[in-house]
Amino acid sequence: MTPADITNENRYLGELVPKICRYAGLGGLALLAASVVLGWAGEAGLERFLRSYLVAFFFVLSLSLGGLFFVLLQHLTRAGWSVVVRRIAEGLADNLKWLWIPFIPILVAVWTGHLYDWADPSSLSEAEWALFQHKEPFLTPWFWTIRAAVYFGVWAWLARFFVNRSVQQDATGDPQTTARMQSVAAPGMILYALTQSFAAVDWIMTLEFAWYSTMFGVYFFAASTCGAFAAMIIIFYLLQRSGRLTNVITTEHYHDLGKLLFAFGVVFWAYIAYSQYMLIWYANIQEETIWFVIRQLGGWKSMSIFLILGHFAGPFLILISRYPKRWKGVLAIGAAWMLGVHFIDLYWLVMPAIPADLIHSVTTYSQLVTEFKAYGAEYDLHWRVFDVMCLLGMLGVFVAMAAWSMRNRSLVPEKDPRLAESLAFENY
Amino acid sequence: MNDPTTTAAPTDRPSAAQSATPREPGEVIGKLYGLLAEFETPAAIMVAAHRVREAGYKWWDCHTPFPVHGLDKAMGIRPTILPWLVMGAGLTGAVTGVVLQWYTNATNLDAWLIVPITGYDFLVSGKPMWSLPANIPVIFELTVLFAAIGCVTMMLLLSKLPWLYHPCLKNERFLRASDDRFFIVIEARDPLFYRRKSQEFLKSLGATAVEALEA
Repeated sequence: MTPADITNENRYLGELVPKICRYAGLGGLALLAASVVLGWAGEAGLERFLRSYLVAFFFVLSLSLGGLFFVLLQHLTRAGWSVVVRRIAEGLADNLKWLWIPFIPILVAVWTGHLYDWADPSSLSEAEWALFQHKEPFLTPWFWTIRAAVYFGVWAWLARFFVNRSVQQDATGDPQTTARMQSVAAPGMILYALTQSFAAVDWIMTLEFAWYSTMFGVYFFAASTCGAFAAMIIIFYLLQRSGRLTNVITTEHYHDLGKLLFAFGVVFWAYIAYSQYMLIWYANIQEETIWFVIRQLGGWKSMSIFLILGHFAGPFLILISRYPKRWKGVLAIGAAWMLGVHFIDLYWLVMPAIPADLIHSVTTYSQLVTEFKAYGAEYDLHWRVFDVMCLLGMLGVFVAMAAWSMRNRSLVPEKDPRLAESLAFENY
Repeated sequence: MNDPTTTAAPTDRPSAAQSATPREPGEVIGKLYGLLAEFETPAAIMVAAHRVREAGYKWWDCHTPFPVHGLDKAMGIRPTILPWLVMGAGLTGAVTGVVLQWYTNATNLDAWLIVPITGYDFLVSGKPMWSLPANIPVIFELTVLFAAIGCVTMMLLLSKLPWLYHPCLKNERFLRASDDRFFIVIEARDPLFYRRKSQEFLKSLGATAVEALEA
């Protein structure tokens, strides 16, 4: 088979951009506004809505961070196969430059003492205060805000650096640009690893400030790669359905993206999730086990079991084989499923919130189960309409912004020195 | 080979070129192994392999200095069953891991395994005697170990390796199979193999040379 000639391809979003901006962007904004009204004014209460908002925010953040990881990884390894799929990952990462805007409500929540227990130390009980004391210098709104600014600054800079140079190369064709990106990829990867780990710790793990897991940053990393690789597969599938890049992206590229989704989003995620669980289960220290104990009550227990089966066991058995990964319709359905369970995974991380007095009033697990059955109904898993509305709204705006920044850009890095290699790429 | 002194020096097994009575290149004195056809480009061997397959030959192979993409397809090689065998090996490892830990840690049963053995149910840090989270690492490691060893072993068995000797290696021309030439070998045991007919056939595929191989 002869490699595709990119000049014969439809490789611009073109007339899709205004459509995406209108339907996804405006629709997304409308959904977001409606979810705010429903959440704030509804019976669920502000705290519940803020958590829902945090899940939706983290969902789009994970797509961007996963995209940035992909770009860094390809430059770091000087990969040839991935050149034709890199531009879409750059598009995902490019959104990091404005993701600080949807972060503002979370910032306001912290400064006004919402969402995080530590944001309002006066509400802590004496027992909680004893646990909080050592963490107080780290968890002040000031220091927390400065850290958040650093994370967004580093991400925006990294994304800008790689995206701008890649787009410049489309015009200049200068191979030195690639060399420069490769040399920045290594320190960039270190910066990326540190900022995304700390962000996960700062923004999700501190929801339960007494709890700690040294693996939490890696857990979020595994989850974000799952989201980004699944998103990339779906984007390529939809682009090809719309008549773009029809010969440029081949079965071979889908196969490799499928391998990455399988390796990072399914196996690595399960490996990290299990390792985190096993260490805490073995050590059996109360402050640590409580995080898993509350995820073994009522509906949260069903959700935990669902994640084991739906995020690991099922996808593992299907995606391990070569054939589903080379059959793009099946792979796209698998990717859509993985994107869905990735959302449930984030929901499972953020949502369970059981007040300390319910937990500390009992001494054994079976007592807790009885107590929870009697008094815990309001803390049990309870889906709200605005959970989904907020997610879809945020995702719609995210997609519209990505499409908008791609409006004048080719969907492939046109003059990358390794483009020919990527076009002719074959798995062996 | 580049050193002129070594080419003239006698070796244990004189090659065709060095034997007392000079032979025609590729002349066979002993049993015939097959025919060796030389091609100069990957494209040429690709087309040729396709034609050999279409002609209906079964016992034949290609030798190239590097993996030629699509050659498997041109030759009509079916996908290997190795993945299924590896899965079997992995599952065996997983079952071994489960049974091993269950028997040694969670029971006190007596049994005979060449020597008398006994389970030893020992309470570790207040956990249940049989608790899956503690057992998963061993199950996982044994799965990987069995699958990896099984994979390598069965790959060798399926490829009938190791071979200590191959008739191709006697041929001077074949040395370039590790450098810049591409070869097709049709074996004499193939039901469609006829010395003259097959030789003409290989020539017609654009082979730059066709030589007989001695078994």
